[in-house]
Formats: sequence, C-alpha cells, structure tokens
Amino acid sequence: MYDFTPMVEGINRWLHSMMPDAAATFAGWVLVALVYLALFAVMGLVLVLVERKVAAFFQLRLGPNRVGPWGLLQTAADAIKLLLKEPVGTKRADMFLYNLAPFLLIIGAMMALSVIPFAPGLQAFDINIGVFFIAAVSSVGVLGVLIAGWASNNKYSLLGAMRSGAQIISYELSMSLAILTMVLLAGSLQVSQIIEQQRDYWFIFKGHVPAWIAFMIFVIAGTAETNRTPFDLPEAESELGAGFHTEYSGMKFAFFFLSEFVNMFIISAVAVILFFGGWMPLHLDGWTGFNQVMDFIPPIFWFLIKMSVMLFLLMWFRWTFPRLRIDQLLKLEWKYLLPMNLVNLLLMAFIVLMGWHL
Amino acid sequence: MTNEELKALIQDWVPDLEFTEDSKEFVTVVVPRGSLRDFLRKLKTDERTRLDYLFCLTGVDYPDYLEVVYHLESTTLHHRLVVKARTQDRADHAVLDTVSDLYRTAEFHEREVYDLLGVRFTGHPDLRRLFLTDDWVGHPLRKDYTDEANIINR
Amino acid sequence: MEEVKQITLHPQGRTEEYFINMGPQHPATHGVLRLLLTLDGEIIKRVDPDLGYIHRSIEKMTEHDTYRQIVHLTDRMDYLSAHINNEAVCLVVEKALELEVPDRVKVVRTILAELTRIASHLLWWGVTGMDIGALTTFMYAFRDREMINDIMEENCGARLTMNYNVPGGLMWDIHPNFQRRVKAFIKHFKTKLPEFDRLLSDNIIFRKRTEGIGVLSAEDAISFGVTGPAARASGVSCDIRKKQPYSAYDRVEFKEILDTRGDTFARYKVRIHEMWESLHIIEQLIDNIPEGDYQVKTNAVIKLPKGEYYQRVETARGELGVYVVSDGKKSPYRMKFRSPGFSNLSVIDHVARGYKVADLVAIMATFDFVIPDIDR
Repeated sequence: MYDFTPMVEGINRWLHSMMPDAAATFAGWVLVALVYLALFAVMGLVLVLVERKVAAFFQLRLGPNRVGPWGLLQTAADAIKLLLKEPVGTKRADMFLYNLAPFLLIIGAMMALSVIPFAPGLQAFDINIGVFFIAAVSSVGVLGVLIAGWASNNKYSLLGAMRSGAQIISYELSMSLAILTMVLLAGSLQVSQIIEQQRDYWFIFKGHVPAWIAFMIFVIAGTAETNRTPFDLPEAESELGAGFHTEYSGMKFAFFFLSEFVNMFIISAVAVILFFGGWMPLHLDGWTGFNQVMDFIPPIFWFLIKMSVMLFLLMWFRWTFPRLRIDQLLKLEWKYLLPMNLVNLLLMAFIVLMGWHL
Repeated sequence: MTNEELKALIQDWVPDLEFTEDSKEFVTVVVPRGSLRDFLRKLKTDERTRLDYLFCLTGVDYPDYLEVVYHLESTTLHHRLVVKARTQDRADHAVLDTVSDLYRTAEFHEREVYDLLGVRFTGHPDLRRLFLTDDWVGHPLRKDYTDEANIINR
Repeated sequence: MEEVKQITLHPQGRTEEYFINMGPQHPATHGVLRLLLTLDGEIIKRVDPDLGYIHRSIEKMTEHDTYRQIVHLTDRMDYLSAHINNEAVCLVVEKALELEVPDRVKVVRTILAELTRIASHLLWWGVTGMDIGALTTFMYAFRDREMINDIMEENCGARLTMNYNVPGGLMWDIHPNFQRRVKAFIKHFKTKLPEFDRLLSDNIIFRKRTEGIGVLSAEDAISFGVTGPAARASGVSCDIRKKQPYSAYDRVEFKEILDTRGDTFARYKVRIHEMWESLHIIEQLIDNIPEGDYQVKTNAVIKLPKGEYYQRVETARGELGVYVVSDGKKSPYRMKFRSPGFSNLSVIDHVARGYKVADLVAIMATFDFVIPDIDR
C-alpha cells in the first residue's frame, strides 16, 4: 500500500519504450536531477518560511503576514529580491575560490539529499553504504565554508571559517559514532534496509538506553554540523558580523543560507531514518487496532510528520539557547560527547551481542 | 570630614594655597603646577583624606590660562574636594603633569582634555587625540576656536 | 594581484598577532564605536577604543545655548536615560538658583526616572541576550519596554527623548491616566521578570559564558572611575541615589544592589535586581504623589549667578555629572558632562585582555555602552 515503486518503475518503462536504453537512462537522470532541484527550491522556500513563523511564535510576534495569505509568499518574494540583487563582492578576493565556495556547499548538501528515502520507492540512490555516504558527503560542506572564509580576504570571514573548520571536523566524529551505534543495531548501512528493520518497532525503542543516548548525541552533533544556535559560531552575527559569508551578497549569499536549511533537513531526515523508522508507521505492542489505524496513514505523511517534529526541535534550540564559546564547544565534544559516545557504542554492541534488541 | 575640617587640614599641610569660593558645595583649592602630582598623591594616600576616586576631570579655557579641574571623592570617608591647576599660558606652555598613574580614569579624561582644549600632560602613557582625527588643527573647546561652517556665534 | 605579505613563522610555533577593526559598524558595539583589537588567534591582546564617530560637541553647543535649550540636548547623550539626563541639568540649574521645587515635581521626577531605568535595563537585557546569541530575549524585553514607552508617550508626548523636565519643574502636569497605567505596568512586570530568569539567567550556556569572565576588582573599578551597575557588581558602593540623594530618593526605601564577584554574570545580576528595586521605589511613590504645582515660575531666560555648580545623578549606566561654570550670562561659560559610559569604556582594555573575542562581546554587553553617551 502507498508504495511509489510501481509509479517510478512505470515512468522508467515508459522512458525505455520511447527511446534507446542509453538515452532513457540519461533522461532518467535528468528527470531525477530536475525533481531534486525543484525539491531543493521548494524545501528552501518552505523551511525559511516555517523557520520565520516558528521564530515569531517563540518571540511573541506574528512573523511574515503581508505577502500572500498568512505571508505564505514572503519567501518567494525574498527569493526574487535576492535574484535581482546586485552582486556586491570584494575586489581583493580570490575570485575563483570566492565564486566556487557556495557551489561546493550546495553540491554537498544536494548529494546527501539523494540517498534519503521519502517513502517506499521515492529514493534516488539506494546504495549499500547509504548512511556512510551521507556522513561522508555532508562533510564536504566544510570545504565550502573554509574556502569562503579564506577567499573573502576578510579577517572576520577567516575567523568564522577557522571556527567552522574546528567545529565541523570535531562534531563529525560524534555524528559518525552516533550513526555507527545505530548501524550496529541495524547490521546494515543501506538506508532501505535500516528502515525495513524498523517495521515492527522503531530503533529508538529497540535500542533501549543506548539508542536514546545516541539520539541525543546525534541531535547535538547535528545542530553543530548545521551551524545553528547554540553552535552558530562560524556566523556569530554579534561577534563576527556574519562570519564566513560576510562578503557574500545576492544569490551567492542565498546559497549559503539555503544550504543551512538543506543541511538541517538532511540531519532531521537521518535522525528520522535511524531512530524513528523513516516512513514506517508507529506500532505499539499488542495494540492491533491502533496499529491498523497507523498503517492507514500513508508513509510519505509519516515521514513528513516525523521530519516536522525534528525540524521543530532544531528550531526550538535555535530560538532558545545562547551561543557557546569556541573553547567550550570543543571541550563539549572532546571531553564529554566523544567518551560518552565510545562507551555508548560498547553498550550497544553488548545489547546486540546479547540479542536484547529483537 | 566636613568641608571646614578638610580646608583646615589642607591649610595645615600647605599653608599658602589659594582657596576659591566659586563653588558653594565643594572646597576648591588651586594648586601650583609643579606640586600638583605630589599634592594629589598625598590626598589619595593620606589616612585622613583618602580621596581615591576622581569622578570628574575637565578643563576650562580662561583668557590667560587653561585650568584643569579635578573633582575628587573618598569612597570610604565620603568627602569631596575640588583641585584646580592652571597652565602657564594657553599656547606653548599649556602643560601639566599627568595624574593617570594615580587615577587610571585620567588616562581617557586627559586625552579628552588634550583633544578638545589642548592641555599637554607630561608623563601620560598614550597622549593622542581621542574624539577628533589625528590631523585635526586646533582645539574646539577653546573660546577662540573658529569654524565658519559649523559654529554660529551669537 | 596584490603582493602577498611575507608571513613570519616563529621558531617556537608562536602565531603572529594581527589587528581587527571591531566597528564603527558592528552589531556588538550597539552604535558607532570602533575598537581596534590586537588578536592572537582569538585571544585579545589589546583593545584600543577609537571614539568620536558620533561626537556632536554638545559641550561646545551649550556655550551658545540658554539653559532651557540645553535640557533637550542632554536627551541625545544617553538616549536610554533621557529623562534622567534632563533631570540632571534641571537640578543643577535649580541648585544654582536656589530654587525649591514642589514635592509633586520631585516625586513625579523620581517615578519617571525609575521607569526610565527599567526601560533602559530592559533594552540592555534584550541586547545582552542577543550578543550572547539568544535572539528571543530581545522580543521579550521589548514587549515590556513598550508598555513604559506608551506611558511616556501619553504623559510626555515622546517615547524616547522625553524632554519633560524644565528648570523649575515639569513641562506639564501628569496625565490623568498616569497612575493607573504605571500600576498596571508594575502588576504586569512583576509576573514577567521571573520569566527573564528562567529564559536566560538560569541557562547553563549563558552561565558558562558569563561566570568568571571579565573580572573587575573593586580597586580597579574605583581607579578607572567605573560607576553604576558595573561598579556595584565589583562591590563598590557608588549609588548617587544613596550617597547624595536628589529629588525624592531620600524619602523612599530601597536597597543598593551590591555583588562582589565583579564578573560579567555579576554585572548582569545586579541589573536584574535593580529592576526589582526600581519597581519597589515606584510602588512606594505612585500612590503618594502630593498635590501641588507642577512648576515654579522661572524667568524665560535663566541666568545663573557667577560660580561653579556640580550635580550628580544616577543614570541607568552610572554616575552622570554636570559641571557648570557660569559667568552670570544666559549661557554657561563652560559645561562639562561627566558621562558614565566614557569612564566605563576606559576600563574595557584592562578587563578584556586575555579573553576571547566572544568574551569581549559579552563583557561589552554587560557594561552597557550607549555610544552617544560616550562621545557626547
């Protein structure tokens, strides 16, 4: 039920019937790329609006409410404004790297997006090392940040970029270890398999305490990876102006801005996949009627609902917490999260060894 | 200590100091240029005065000299004293000793007085202009300072 | 391409120090203040403030203005304590003329001064949160500050630069709604102030960012002439309202908030407690505004007798001193404003050395600089 596989395969067959195999494969790629580009744009627009509305909710304001009904078109208007803006940059910047940086960031984010399944069948790229791929690709973004900071020829940008480098490389460790903990439970790196294993119960219930610890560490590390408050030191507008993207304007700035939201989306998606069963419905032991009602809700909605909760959590962080200082940030990672993570990994290994997760 | 006692004490220390009656609130004493630093150091360290808080330092431009006014207060004994020092003239000899080593707040205040009135403080660690640019000509708070564009004399 | 400067590598692996311009346009300086920072990585080696970006030579302007005109100039110094600044000038004129203002004026001035103090501290609380990265505090603070501004608007006709004091009293009598609205504000704010603590003061990140940072000793505070909440956090008793009471402060009960830690968090906490004390002062006075005139008749052009006059008041930032040298004419011969921000700024180099850039932002936030107050 609600499986998108027949639809996707239908399109595939139709393409193959229309043209030779090679052309059909190529056309398929183009189609997927277009869909993801559209998704990317829509996601950016929606998430920016949601973020602003959530921020307004936390700050006793109304948020955007002038453009379109309930301000729904506000971000569209902003996007048009950013597109039409004159690109103001620095003369002394290293032009090639300066222009390259935003694209590096965006490409990293897009590539990670490709392995994320939205519903059964709605996945571009189901490789057998899915979560590993996400972890690897999402850290390409830091190159973009470092290059942006370096190429801008601005001390504030450089400071921001250096902070970002230290931060993302440190927290990558925590994130990967948290992922590893859950992979231990799943026994597979393939995203579809990980989800399949959570058909009965989500990993967060199956994994007992270590899963909860891993989840918390993952959320903390994920927030740090996306450069959001309380880990927004690379930007730190009250200290560094705007950090690594101080010298960017117009659409190039928009890329940085968007990539933050896409990264946030990816982090939430990975959290949902690893801990909350991806698009799997909520099942409770013995509640057959309840489980059937849950099954009735289409997987794509399950995924989106879980995503919304995760995204809201991240936004909640952002609009509540103050910012950490760079030494505190690194201390938190190397002195607390990393040892906790290693112990947690052992715990999880023990649980899997004893077979308590089944 | 009351104002009268303070006055008596200072007269006891240095008999021939000039007291002015400009202010009804504070005892005001004019100190010779040369002994300014020693006098303020004594006021700060002596057990009976302990004037450790310089709450206002400013300069006034008079026709023949520039006057720097030190408002002092004791944070423990709660009495106040005004000390004034006058420069020899308004041009080449507009020089006074710094008190910035006694009262660190004077570092900024003396820079301000130098910037706006042109009193040079010898011994100041970093006597630069504070508000105006380094190449500014003249000292705006002086009475004879003119600026056709910005100052309207009524 | 620009020729790349040769970077010296030190044999012991030391890094090269570099300059960074914080300001004149920078979010953390809250105005046009420029700090020349010498940094080693992120560690601050030296802070050199460069002032004058909003220097309007108010002291020179006073030499051509009448005393009535001078009052409104002081609004523009510390615009968050506008009412208290006005009061200082009026008090010095009244002192020189030996004018006894009616009790009603004294009480109303005190109430408004305390409302101003709360409004100023509210804005400070909001931007402190923002400087440390918590953006929501700003809106919380402005919700409550708006109520005070509305009261001011109804009462004085202006929200920020009130100019409600005139030498000899007030410009108009208080608005009929004044007492009711102030009481409503007190009731509202008493429920909201604990919320502030829950949102920011008790947050672990905030505590870690502020505790033990930027410690100022009592001796240094006195020597540098630091006043106001910043000095009281170091244990220096410097509240002019207690030391040399003016207006109606001699007839109200209130505590001078002192702390001995002297760090950024102590400065933060002192201000939060001061808001409670201000509420307490207003509560005592609001039901006891004496009947009477709101003004004493003064000449249209006020001439102060020859002499020197000095008046100190406690603004939200510390001690404001007004020093007037009069030669008997309609304008002062020399007028000096000893502004709290100016002296407080002089200590920033001393306090911030050895800390990180992020700490400097936190330290600056709790010293609560208003740049026009520093530059005048």
